[in-house]
Amino acid sequence: MSVMLENENPVLFQRSGARLWTAADEDEGVHDPSTTGEHPLSLEELNVVEQVRVQVNDEDSTVGIEFTPTIPHCSMATLIGLSIKVKLLRSLPERFKIDVHITPGTHASEDAVNKQLADKERVAAALENSQLLEVVNQCLSTKNP
Amino acid sequence: MAADSALLVSLVEEFVTGLQDSKANDTATGVQAKTFTILQLVEALGPSLTSTTPHTRARGVQLLSLVIQQCYGDLSESEVEVLIAFYENRLKDHYVIIPFVLQGLKALTKSSLLPTGSAVSMLRSLFQDTHVQSLMLAERATVYNMLLNLMESREAELKGLGADFVFGFVQSMDGERDPRNLVLAFQIANIIIHRGYDLGKFAEELFEVTSCYFPVDFSPPPNDPHGITQETLILSLRAVLAGTPRFAEFLLPLIIEKLDSDIQSAKIDSLQTLTACLSTYEHKDLAEFLSGLWTSIRREVFQTASERVEGAGLAALTALTSCLSRAILSSDSEDSLNVFLDVVLKDCQHHLCEPDLKLVWPSAKLLQAACSASYRASHIVAAVVIPGLVEQYNSRTQCAHRRTILEVLQGFIHTVKNTSQSEDDGQNVLLAHRDALCAVVFSALAENNSDLQVTSMRVLSALGQQNGLLLESDVERAVDHLNRLILEEDDSNVSVSVIVCAESLSRLHPTVFITKMVPTLKQEIFSEPMVQGDGCTPSKESSQHAVRQRCVSALAAVSTQPSVVRESAPVLLEVLKSAHTGSGGFSVDEVVAVCFSLQRIADKALDSEETGRFFHDIIIPRLLTLALQAALQGEGSPGNRSPLVEEAVLSAMVGVISSACAKLQPELAGKMASRAVSLFLEDDVSFLSDNSLPPHIQLLKQGESWSRSQTVCLLMACVCSLPRSVEVPQVERLMEQLEELSITCGHVPSYTSAAKCYAGLVNKRPAGDSLNALIQRSTKRVSSELDSPASPHRTQAFTLLLWLAKGLLLRYHPLSTALTDKLFALLGDPELGPMVGDGFSLLMSDSADVLNRGCHADVRIMYRQRFFTENSAKLLQGFNSAAPDTKSSYLKALSHLVSSLPREVQLTELPALLSLLLEALSCPDQGVQLSTLSCLVPVLTEPPPALIQQLEALVSRVLALTCSPTMTVRIESLRCLHAISRFPEHEVIPLRARVLRALAKPLDDRKRLVRSVAVQARADWFLLGSPGGR
Repeated sequence: MSVMLENENPVLFQRSGARLWTAADEDEGVHDPSTTGEHPLSLEELNVVEQVRVQVNDEDSTVGIEFTPTIPHCSMATLIGLSIKVKLLRSLPERFKIDVHITPGTHASEDAVNKQLADKERVAAALENSQLLEVVNQCLSTKNP
Repeated sequence: MAADSALLVSLVEEFVTGLQDSKANDTATGVQAKTFTILQLVEALGPSLTSTTPHTRARGVQLLSLVIQQCYGDLSESEVEVLIAFYENRLKDHYVIIPFVLQGLKALTKSSLLPTGSAVSMLRSLFQDTHVQSLMLAERATVYNMLLNLMESREAELKGLGADFVFGFVQSMDGERDPRNLVLAFQIANIIIHRGYDLGKFAEELFEVTSCYFPVDFSPPPNDPHGITQETLILSLRAVLAGTPRFAEFLLPLIIEKLDSDIQSAKIDSLQTLTACLSTYEHKDLAEFLSGLWTSIRREVFQTASERVEGAGLAALTALTSCLSRAILSSDSEDSLNVFLDVVLKDCQHHLCEPDLKLVWPSAKLLQAACSASYRASHIVAAVVIPGLVEQYNSRTQCAHRRTILEVLQGFIHTVKNTSQSEDDGQNVLLAHRDALCAVVFSALAENNSDLQVTSMRVLSALGQQNGLLLESDVERAVDHLNRLILEEDDSNVSVSVIVCAESLSRLHPTVFITKMVPTLKQEIFSEPMVQGDGCTPSKESSQHAVRQRCVSALAAVSTQPSVVRESAPVLLEVLKSAHTGSGGFSVDEVVAVCFSLQRIADKALDSEETGRFFHDIIIPRLLTLALQAALQGEGSPGNRSPLVEEAVLSAMVGVISSACAKLQPELAGKMASRAVSLFLEDDVSFLSDNSLPPHIQLLKQGESWSRSQTVCLLMACVCSLPRSVEVPQVERLMEQLEELSITCGHVPSYTSAAKCYAGLVNKRPAGDSLNALIQRSTKRVSSELDSPASPHRTQAFTLLLWLAKGLLLRYHPLSTALTDKLFALLGDPELGPMVGDGFSLLMSDSADVLNRGCHADVRIMYRQRFFTENSAKLLQGFNSAAPDTKSSYLKALSHLVSSLPREVQLTELPALLSLLLEALSCPDQGVQLSTLSCLVPVLTEPPPALIQQLEALVSRVLALTCSPTMTVRIESLRCLHAISRFPEHEVIPLRARVLRALAKPLDDRKRLVRSVAVQARADWFLLGSPGGR
């Protein structure tokens, strides 16, 4: 018997799609400031990550992301947070300070997960673990299986 | 004779005891040459065949079998009979002899003189005395081949064996493991099923021995020595399992069971086998499994993430439904199709009422799959679903929900379409729902939400494509809505959809578009612009431009039928006219857009003689008139220039005229050529619509003004795109004047167009002495200009040389080499060198308005490769001997040449050119960098070994270019780096740390486009060599 899914009929949200390129993007004279929506993430469809919950401040070099697990007991919350963090670490210039945490009030063990994600050493240690790194890399791999 | 028998005995002796295998061939040759008979051979073999050592007996039988294999065709019937009796007897012998016995029997099965009854007796002894599965691989194959041979030639006799034959076969293949033999066994089973052999009570047994391989899981050994793929096995097994309804009671439970598997390929195989078997099954075969099958299919479609599983599931449901639709109704039983569809509807319909949940789509697809199965199924499903969806639409208020419902409706309209056409007697399934559907569409069109409008226009197009569904009044209402959207909606998605929808509706309903849309659009285009500087904001002005733009493209889109073209094209011409006179305030961009729309109309009028004649009689003369009027007027009053003398407008007009001329019928084309020539050579303006032009316009005489001489591009449009068979009158004189103009004129567009026109004519002229003389004359003139450094016409001469070379190169003309050599020599010219380098891009690429296949030019296939192979050495040589400051021209030429080649050729040529290309990457010229990078990117996706050897040099140079001041160079270099990350892992791993460090910088690039490419590249470099990466 094949495995029954935890949530067979979830609510779907429309993707906002990638940024539309404008003429100014091709104009060499214009400096493009970093904004939200530049790095579309595929968790968008499940509303785990929403554009309104992403704050980018180019001048202060900070990025803040709040993500919302689909159900309050979602066991994948830490992994999702870690994947988002690693993706941003690889995609953003070094000057940015990255803050990833759970949208307040949406997960049972919110504080514990936030603390893990904020702790630089624990994130670094987690990425030393080759099994965990493997899972994170699979999440970030753009090629479909 | 005595000598022969002695020879035979010695041959036998040498084979049996001397173990010399080659003697078998000699013996066979002897039998074939009738030196001795097969019976003599048997006699000579006597001692060995009766020997007490099994190995000697085996050797004896082997010789006999080998001989029979070569000369089974020469045996007489009685010989065959004796031999069969002998071999049948030998089947009981020692196991070392059996392989050779089987070989002999197999050879005998190929004989055409097989006595009646011997096939049966042979098989009886075979099934009785041997246990096939304890034989070796090759012997089992021999048995299967024997069966195949006999089934081919003795079908009736084998059928006489009845079910015993099937039983014997089942026993022989039971437990077979080698895929090579399985292919044969499945072939036999297939013949048993499809040629009507009696399965008797062994249907289940036959099913058991074959179905145990289902679903096939086989991966061929590396380098695939036998050429058997999983696909071959799957298809041959499927043909067996799905071949007969007698397997239904065993196969269907098996499929339901296998669908529970976790392996995706097993699911797909099961669903496809189900689809295959349903084409032969009837309702009674599957009645008891219907609910199980439906549950499994539904579960797969609901849960899967794979499109292939979903597709296979939907196909199976369609097959299931159409199998039930074929059932013949009897008066006392209930309609099985109705019953089944009731269940499907009950399970799926309620999901359609939840348009924000995930299952709405799988449910819709399932219902659409059922709906598409047959006319009757369409009726039943549509009768329930469409009113339900319409009601849902009316009760929902959120736009996202309504949009989903519309998209589902669109799917149903499309699936119903497929079926209603195949049934002649029934009326359109959707007819009953027309009013409700139209009401929904029109209400959605009236909504103020762009997504809804776009979707409803798709539904409208779908409805419009159904023959005889929409009434004239429906289309009229639709056109009213479309008009409103064109005039009022700014959203770009909506404008694109309006145009697509109008285009598709106009094909079936042209009259409505002529009466309702064309006049409205015309009125809007010519409505007075708001007076400038009178409280009119720039944004309002730009929105008015946008409205006009939409009207113009809509006019082009609806011109799908000649009757519409007659109304719409004159409107566009009128725009050009009023732009020329200065009324209406049309900008240059708008005039260009109008020309593009005219060109679209000309392009769409494929093979329509009516439209061709219309363009020839009306549109082209009027266009020419307007252009000439503008040219003459521009001279008189320089302050008051008509927009029609702008270069952009003229080249857009060239597009219209050449598209139209390329499609003219031969007779009209000839007329066109003579009109154009007499206009430009003899100032004959009689065919133009307005005769207010002065009598001596002398268009090709330079010395007047540039506005007159640049109209030569219109001449090019008229004469260079006609079919090759059309003869241009006075061509010698015409070309003389063109040559003169192209060399002496100082106005860039004029002399370039003259050179292009010249080249276009040369390309199409028949080969021969007159053409050669012409080319030599021009070459001489060009060379004399180029060779005198003080000449003021060197650029002009180079332009003519370049175009002439292109025109000849395309048709493989032998004189083209002299011209291209001249170009190579000019690369070293300090003044013209860079221009020549760029010229190679022109030489290698298709030009839009002349010398392409659309204009019927003589273009040989693979002229680029040919040119490259003939000339790359010259280029290398020139580069090596060039002065340092002209080297960049050579690199430029090289990168243009290489980037125009197909990838396969690039790969083979790359090793020789690699060092030069690497040099080009460090050349300071950004154009060279860019074209080299862009020709490297495709090569990098499958890197040749030569490139891998130079990896270090390549990466250093490309990394340096990521900091180039030019954005495009930065982007292309990052693309290259991204491609390099896919190289063989062990080659690129050493570079990983260095590249990641270097890629950190472009992440903070000032341009967004650069950043996004950098992110992709860096992400893949991170995954490289990391667990879970690749």
